[in-house]
Amino acid sequence: MTLLWVALGAAVGAPARHGTDRVLRRLRPGLPYGTLTVNVVGCFALGCLVGSDAGPAWQAALGTGACGAFTTYSTFAVDAFLLARGRRRLVALGYTIASVSLGLVALAAGLALTG
Amino acid sequence: MTEHSPEPAVLDDPVRVALELSAVSAGGAVGAVARHLVSTTAVPAGFPWVTFTVNVSGCLLIGVLVVVSARAVPRLPWVRPLLGVGVLGGWTTFSTYALDAQRLWSRGDLPEGVGYVVGTVVAAIVAVGLGVWATERVLRRGIR
Repeated sequence: MTLLWVALGAAVGAPARHGTDRVLRRLRPGLPYGTLTVNVVGCFALGCLVGSDAGPAWQAALGTGACGAFTTYSTFAVDAFLLARGRRRLVALGYTIASVSLGLVALAAGLALTG
Repeated sequence: MTEHSPEPAVLDDPVRVALELSAVSAGGAVGAVARHLVSTTAVPAGFPWVTFTVNVSGCLLIGVLVVVSARAVPRLPWVRPLLGVGVLGGWTTFSTYALDAQRLWSRGDLPEGVGYVVGTVVAAIVAVGLGVWATERVLRRGIR
């Protein structure tokens, strides 16, 4: 049953990430703002969820499924790699540091808000 | 750009967008379920090796896929949405990574937490590079 909740959450989280990325890519081309946004928002949402007293089914659907699939490590790493390879090394470094630090702060903020 | 240029029309075609989102959705569900299965079957608590391995392996595979799909996309437009954005996006996770780090820190393992945060980033980007490099090499050899 847990598998079904994870699948359902991810079936929503993954296209939500793709939609966000499409929109932001068009609004602000040049830098991967879409991936940055989904990762930071997803970290905040997971912090809120873990801090709350939601039951295991909700944790599976919203945490492992939706937040897990809404956020992405693979696209983040590809973005950073391609920026560095395109001789934008400082931008790549800034993007990496911003993603990680904002993600961690967002998660802590979510935990503090509901915990 | 001419009046008959297909690009913008194709990008905004609602049927195409819907198909693409469906492929991402299905792929994302498969990737996330696989990640969940791995996370519930493996290793004792401690250092978050499962998330680390999931993320780094996903990065290696996306490195391969970036090169393959760049060459195959005109013929196979569903490859990237289904396998890259969907399966690998659902398999890897940034939120659990941040939660792992927070848990290491909150129980006082500061060096381990920093090592996990930095180690995953470095390993992930190296894995992408390795995937790209190896695939370019193989394809080049195949073409020549």
